[in-house]
Amino acid sequence: MGIHVIKMPDLGEGIAEVEVVAWHVQPGDTVKEDQVLADVMTDKATVEIPSPVAGTITSLGGAIGKSLAVGAELIRLQVAGSGNFSADKARREPVASGAATAPAEEVGEPQLEAVAAHEAQARAPAAASPATAPAKSAPPAKAATAPMAPTGRTTPGAPLRADGEKPLAPPAVRQRAWDLGVELQFVPGSGPAGRITHADLDAHVAGRRGGAANGGMDERYAEQHGEHATQIIGLRRKIAEKMQEAKRNIPHFTYVEEVDVTELEALRLQLNARYGEERGKLTLLPLLMRAVVLALRSFPSMSARYDDEANTLTTFDAAHIGIAAQTESGLMVPVVRHAESRDPWSSAAEIARLAEAARSGKATRDELTGSTITITSLGALGGIVTTPVINRPEVAIVGVNRIVDRPVIRDGAMVARKMMNLSSSFDHRVIDGMVAAQFVQAIRGYLEFPATLFVE
Amino acid sequence: METINTTLLIIGGGPAGYVAGIRAGQLGLAAIVVEGAQPGGTCLNIGCIPSKALIHAADEYAKTVHYAAQTSPLGIKVEAPSIDLERTVAWKDGIVKRLTGGVGALLKKQGVRVVRGWARVLDGKTVEVQPQEGSGEEPVRIRCEHLLLASGSHAVELPFMPFGGPVISSTEALSLSSPPRRLVVVGAGYIGLELGTAFRKLGSQVTVVEAAERILPAYDADLVKPVAASLERLGVDVRLATSVLGMEGDRVKVRDASGVQAYLEADRVLVAVGRTPATTGWGLEHLMLDMHGRAVKIDEQCRTSMRNVWAIGDLTGEPMLAHRAMAQGEMVAEIIAGKRRWFQPAAIPAVCYTDPEIVVAGLSPAEATAAGIDAISASFPFSANGRAMTIESTDGFVRVVARKDNHLILGWQAVGVGVAELAAGFTQSIELGAQLEDVARTIHAHPTLGEAVQEAALRALGHALHI
Repeated sequence: MGIHVIKMPDLGEGIAEVEVVAWHVQPGDTVKEDQVLADVMTDKATVEIPSPVAGTITSLGGAIGKSLAVGAELIRLQVAGSGNFSADKARREPVASGAATAPAEEVGEPQLEAVAAHEAQARAPAAASPATAPAKSAPPAKAATAPMAPTGRTTPGAPLRADGEKPLAPPAVRQRAWDLGVELQFVPGSGPAGRITHADLDAHVAGRRGGAANGGMDERYAEQHGEHATQIIGLRRKIAEKMQEAKRNIPHFTYVEEVDVTELEALRLQLNARYGEERGKLTLLPLLMRAVVLALRSFPSMSARYDDEANTLTTFDAAHIGIAAQTESGLMVPVVRHAESRDPWSSAAEIARLAEAARSGKATRDELTGSTITITSLGALGGIVTTPVINRPEVAIVGVNRIVDRPVIRDGAMVARKMMNLSSSFDHRVIDGMVAAQFVQAIRGYLEFPATLFVE
Repeated sequence: METINTTLLIIGGGPAGYVAGIRAGQLGLAAIVVEGAQPGGTCLNIGCIPSKALIHAADEYAKTVHYAAQTSPLGIKVEAPSIDLERTVAWKDGIVKRLTGGVGALLKKQGVRVVRGWARVLDGKTVEVQPQEGSGEEPVRIRCEHLLLASGSHAVELPFMPFGGPVISSTEALSLSSPPRRLVVVGAGYIGLELGTAFRKLGSQVTVVEAAERILPAYDADLVKPVAASLERLGVDVRLATSVLGMEGDRVKVRDASGVQAYLEADRVLVAVGRTPATTGWGLEHLMLDMHGRAVKIDEQCRTSMRNVWAIGDLTGEPMLAHRAMAQGEMVAEIIAGKRRWFQPAAIPAVCYTDPEIVVAGLSPAEATAAGIDAISASFPFSANGRAMTIESTDGFVRVVARKDNHLILGWQAVGVGVAELAAGFTQSIELGAQLEDVARTIHAHPTLGEAVQEAALRALGHALHI
């Protein structure tokens, strides 16, 4: 048989003491796991304390109405097995800094009889002076203690101080602890009379990082209290406004279709092998631009700008294709003007020039405005599906997803093909879903039979 | 009506409110202080500062009277001293004006706007300000994210003896043009004794009436003894265990413990029976805040029961001390600016400018015992202190209280001339968690009253040197 000790849980920021308002059990009662043992109250809420284990109650931490410090013993149970508490367990494994030279990490003898009784205040703070804790220490309760606090945070280890005793720390240490988000009642004090020093605070914080020194105060699970406000200005504000306007004004219709780009990729590699040296290498993007240009011949309403205040949709015979580009300061959309007049190599060269200009911040206003349709690609991070946001006042945006080898059925047989999704959004006010679908199917047709990109 | 928006709106420009304003300004918060009277509150205008000025003047005058009696062993002779209280009051008003003007300048320097007028709370985020009459200004409405209540306190009035006519509060007592011939002081707390003593020194016949068994009931008996002796020496008539029944003409009707009624002749009656939080008359009740007795209930961060409504200073009850209020104000501004702060001082010192002065910080021996702490205490008398002898002030002592087991200092008390200045060291030692040994091993300058501090610590350790 072992002893299991339930401690007053930490019920939230800044609460050091919690009042017991009801006991649902008495010493001698047998309790089941999850049975409610007590109600405790802070100035914010009343909280039920469930039992994390099955066992027999041996003692309660005080009368109803008594305020207990967070971490003080609340209830003690006798349980099957070894429990989570042992008064004479040997010292914890020495930590890297050497236990003998690290009084700050000493947690002290668990003075349970003192915690329950009134003599507590007459005694030295348990953790304070190493002299009162000869070769004894808190049990490594972390492993054995089931979660008991509604907030999920446990406070394993023996009480650092006698019941009701406040941690002793100079004002500068107190302020630093607040800033660090450290609750001083969990920090052992190595100074005279149990004073918590800056070094103790350092050791406590380092211990959290090490994850062991203070019985479960683990850096990986530490609360973080940093807040970092950033002014949304410049390009970022422009992007924010444009995105907000687009989403607020345009009912987006997004359509995703998969495209078999096996043939296109084969052609592209072939072209690069043959002409790469003299004309530069092609990516998929200029080929896609050509497919879009060709599809626009049948769907002229896609190369358009919609002035929704004037209720005017202006379509363009030209294809000024915006290319969404990531730069250091954020998203920019340089424009390949008159894409209909460019062959793939010319398009590729123009894309490269514009992308460089945008990244170096040298793109002119003309190069960044006037697009009539936009293509967006996340390159290698293209994902399976995206929901592109229309570059207002345009009415369509074509998004490229990642190319992957997929098994597909061709002529009744399963074969590996290079598959790529196109995720495209349309302004549903002026583009009907059927038309949008047909437009994407047209693009797909050109991409799947790449000869049609060149042979007319 | 003009509407102003701000982050932090502070009602009251006393020590609580103006410090909150300055700190908020330092931290870059938009803040407005609403004040109907002069900035500085009770403390600067009608409390701590003017009373200390009057006490100083009374002390100086009393010295000349003492020298004129030609009994001073110092050999100083003075002939026919007199005091022009109107000039004294004008001097005091000058100090007050300089300080309140300084508060205004400090707020301005931090970019904090002071709106002059009386605030009326409409809801937890909206306050209307009525300008002072005759200022020609329009009322304004102020909307805020955080509302900080710092309306302070006012003197308690006896229902059967309201202020007016000869019955005055400390406010009026500090602005009298001449000392009343016969002054009756109701209440032997620190305010009643400070002013009663001062007027006695200025020549008034002073009678102090106190319902409790002894003067300064809030302080322990040993501390009060030198003050009681001094009152007797000065010729102040102290009536303990005596109740005031009311005014009959220009006489105060009193009844002593045995039920015998008597009449006290009085030109002025100073009622100093305590102060009460200023919770009425400005719409506070609309907020339906949780109260703690007559005070607004707050937690350790000075939050009230309403979100983003904060309260500090006397409005939140005892201890009603300017330095507590200032610390609260500073803290609330920091919390609103995003810092993690709690009001958890180890000790808040308190000073009585009686003759001699009393200062306390932390626990008295009785309080330590009541808290269940096994404590030791020791005192060192000024009669064994060289500096005290050289200023003819050997009454009083310094006392230290510490835990028996680890000598952690829990409290300090002192009574004696000039001991108010010891408050700094007392409180610092408690805040820093000093042990008796820390103070005992600190070299204290000789010859100073502070040596008694070191000697008290030495005595608690069993080896005082000079006694």
